Amino acid sequence: MNVTLTVNGETRSAEVPPETTLLVFLREYLNLTGAKTGCDIGDCGACTVILDGKAVNACLMLAAQADGRDVITIEGLATREGLHPLQKVFEETGALQCGFCGPGVILSAKALLDENPAPSKQEIRNALAGNLCRCTGYVKMIDGIQEVAETMRSVPTPALPAASKGEQKHG
Amino acid sequence: MKPFTYERPTTPAAAAAAVTRRPDAKFIAGGTNLLDLMKLQIETPGHLVDVQDLRLDTIEATDDGGLRIGARVTNTALASDPRVRRDYGVLARAILAGASGQLRNKATTAGNLLQRTRCPYFYDTYQPCNKRQPGSGCAAIGGYGRPLAVIGGSDACIATHPSDMAVALRLLDARVETVTADGTTRAIPIADFHRLPGDTPHVETALARGELITAVTLPKPLGGTHVYRKVRDRASYAFALVSVAAVIRPDGTGRVALGGVAPKPWRAEAAEAELPSGAKAVADALLAGARPTADNAFKLPLVERTIAAAISDARE
Repeated sequence: MNVTLTVNGETRSAEVPPETTLLVFLREYLNLTGAKTGCDIGDCGACTVILDGKAVNACLMLAAQADGRDVITIEGLATREGLHPLQKVFEETGALQCGFCGPGVILSAKALLDENPAPSKQEIRNALAGNLCRCTGYVKMIDGIQEVAETMRSVPTPALPAASKGEQKHG
Repeated sequence: MKPFTYERPTTPAAAAAAVTRRPDAKFIAGGTNLLDLMKLQIETPGHLVDVQDLRLDTIEATDDGGLRIGARVTNTALASDPRVRRDYGVLARAILAGASGQLRNKATTAGNLLQRTRCPYFYDTYQPCNKRQPGSGCAAIGGYGRPLAVIGGSDACIATHPSDMAVALRLLDARVETVTADGTTRAIPIADFHRLPGDTPHVETALARGELITAVTLPKPLGGTHVYRKVRDRASYAFALVSVAAVIRPDGTGRVALGGVAPKPWRAEAAEAELPSGAKAVADALLAGARPTADNAFKLPLVERTIAAAISDARE
């Protein structure tokens, strides 16, 4: 079946069997391997992507279910000007060690900050509850996310083009 | 996953007809539980009917002062709705006590009610399980019983219902609205929606084949203080060993329902008359006839203490 969705602002399309998960679609059909295959049953959060503004486990969703919708993966965060502030703070403070959980953690954090620009530590913890990190103990991640929130609030928001919304074929 | 075909109908009756037509068809909503079970080949549907285009994703006020929650409203949307937070706090708290943000963003109201047990023997396809394979036996009875039911089970099955949301819906006397292929609708009281296992643990709800949940309705708000207390093996992202949903009024009367102890959300209206006498009287009445295993007998005193904590929370 044909699946067409918007990935990081671009319309992407592929012919896939119905049993293809969104994670397999991204990794194996679009070669976007930033979303990781961890537990593959929705426990670890390594496959987290942002779907229509919400963090979701790409492993527990069919590509067919995402047809016509808008997906942001870790590949969509950095620009020509440099890394996304979350990526930058994680790099600078050593918030990641092996890094396998990183794309999922950063996208969960981005989805949180997009909705709540001034989260408390507890709200950050709640937002990361579905992202397992076996290296770090989360402390630098939580501090880093709070730091980015403060920085982003203090910078006047430049005029950005409206976020690209995929053609909503299916309402 | 075994190969399957997939469709997205646009009306509830068409979706019900699509599942009724094919004995191997299933509805898919959020898919957070179904896809997991399909990967393990515990569920092997030949056809999936996606309900996302049925326009069942709004929360509306009803004429009698309650709310009608569309079947496909996500757990996140339901828990963050201002009317739910104000008037049905126990429901918002129960939902937020479950799963992770990523799962709640996809999981739906109807799908949450229909999720399958997390009994480890149901998940282990090398073990007999009457729920997974009717007639094969129950490895949980005599096995590792810590997470399993202490009441309401049978000689065929002692699995628990894993939902937090459903415990709050039981407390609130919700009703489950459905439609069938020929357009017939009905409203099932939540108390009658989930079935006890008896000799047929694979039959988990009152739904007929192909009957589609369209909404869950809540009666007008109860008032009182709303509490949801969940006790589990780690602080987040785990299923309940015991959970208590409670609405307590200033005069000490109220309602109590339990999760984590039975094959369905567990409530006994008669037990609520004991609320002014304290947690022990309520727990004794709720758990009369309990048959715990050696591994989960701890749930009986834990229920009493969790009810006591809930009553104490409500007084604060």
